[in-house]
Amino acid sequence: MKALSIHNLTKTYRNGLKALKDITLEVEQGDFFALLGPNGAGKSTTIGVITSLVTKTAGTVKIFDTDLDKDPEQAKAYLGLVPQEFNFNGFEQVKHILVTQAGYYGISATEAEPRADELLHQLKLWDKRNTPARALSGGMKRRLMIARALVHKPQLLILDEPTAGVDIELRRSMWTFLQEINAQGTTIILTTHYLEEAENLCRNIAIIDRGNIIENTDMKSLLNRLDKETFVLDLKSPLPANFSLSGIQYQQIDQSTIEVELKREDGLNALFASLSDSGIEVCSMKNKANRLEELFLTLVEKAEVTS
Amino acid sequence: MINSRHWIAFRTLLTREIRRFIRIWPQTLLPPAITMTLYFIIFGNLIGSRIGAMGGFSYMEYIAPGIIMMSVINNAYTNVASSLFSAKFQSHIEELIVAPIPNYLILAGYVAGGMARGLCVGFIVTIVSLFFTDLEIQHLWVTISMIILSSMMFALGGFINAIYARSFDEISIIPTFILTPLTYLGGVFYSISLLPEFWQNVSLLNPILYMVNAFRFGMLGVSDIPITTAFSIILVCIVGLTSFALYLLNKGTGIRN
Repeated sequence: MKALSIHNLTKTYRNGLKALKDITLEVEQGDFFALLGPNGAGKSTTIGVITSLVTKTAGTVKIFDTDLDKDPEQAKAYLGLVPQEFNFNGFEQVKHILVTQAGYYGISATEAEPRADELLHQLKLWDKRNTPARALSGGMKRRLMIARALVHKPQLLILDEPTAGVDIELRRSMWTFLQEINAQGTTIILTTHYLEEAENLCRNIAIIDRGNIIENTDMKSLLNRLDKETFVLDLKSPLPANFSLSGIQYQQIDQSTIEVELKREDGLNALFASLSDSGIEVCSMKNKANRLEELFLTLVEKAEVTS
Repeated sequence: MINSRHWIAFRTLLTREIRRFIRIWPQTLLPPAITMTLYFIIFGNLIGSRIGAMGGFSYMEYIAPGIIMMSVINNAYTNVASSLFSAKFQSHIEELIVAPIPNYLILAGYVAGGMARGLCVGFIVTIVSLFFTDLEIQHLWVTISMIILSSMMFALGGFINAIYARSFDEISIIPTFILTPLTYLGGVFYSISLLPEFWQNVSLLNPILYMVNAFRFGMLGVSDIPITTAFSIILVCIVGLTSFALYLLNKGTGIRN
């Protein structure tokens, strides 16, 4: 079953800006799906249309086979949204926000309170349950938005840059939490600018640029398409003056650091053999950029050239 | 069709609205009590004693229903206007748009919240008025239904104001420049029979006149206008405002992109 089916979706704003140009997209039930794109590509507009925050110009949106136009109540009942910006009432207490949100979904306070307590514990907000939301730190506010989106147990969770501006420790704990939720059966759609996040979490991916879907495939095949990778090598001692790597493209960054561009089919053995022959020892090696990041940039640049 | 899910959603929204105005009671419940006490002291006691009887009642008795109605109207309007605009301003209106709540329930929740504050303030002002005059209700059902309908009508007005408002200034313009003058000219402090015929006819265009007089009829048994006319006009206004507010909500004006 499809958790989300979008067909021929178009959005033209009043100022004439075409934010979405006839896009079609499907997300399978249980998937962890990445919707990526540069700023202003149309990600948030797509999410806005799915969640009814933005009025579409044309097209259809179905959530678990329920047409958003024909049965908006049922379609919306499946959804949970973690928006990009904080959008809760800062004067309300944390627990009130959760119980109130559940109430909007027709869940009584008696039923919602244990669920809210459970989420507050899971997301480490229990100590702040009686605190007005505006007094929370940025990371806590992000966690509150996730708890709020989950309080009615949605089947499709949409996260619009949920980890923007949070520290790495918190980001990693959020990843674990989201993976657990996904494992329990919740379909997740994620937009993020941290491509490492998408690569680690998501199984399928769509890239949107200037209102068009320029790529829609599974993460594995997309990453397999990466034909070259750039590695940064830290060397034990400075490079000798007459150093060269035959047949391998490289660039010297400083005395003891080089950047090497390798074709996928070449592998790393030839590189290490050459270095070894020259008596050069490598201390450490890392990818210059995340693999998905490299592909993403290539695809977006290609789309720019085409357009 | 209303089902239990809808009922819970409506109750949640109403509870949130009531909790909001109770939480900020020094801004919502206290000021009208103080202002209306001043009205009673200045207009009722000091000036009223020189004016003498009006419509067969002491001036204090005559103005009491109008002052209660005035506070109900203002507070019902202001509550919805400020609450909905704040929700737009802080973007937490999105919580409601994303949730499976039909638009008519969103409207009903906000309006009921406004009515709750209007009636709460009306009750407080009635208690205050008892320190200055004796109140005997002549027609209980007219009194109750008129205060409920009036609060509903102005809560609807506040909702429409907030839908269009783009700044906090725009939610204070209507109360300051339209609502307050209409209230003062709506027969709160005088009977329109005291006005020249031309101004009596002009006054008939003011919907607040009908509310104040119908409410006064309920409490004192006197009115400048027929009660059935008052009820008819208010009901027509409520139907018109409700339809317009729902049209705006369905269209997404002011709340959806």
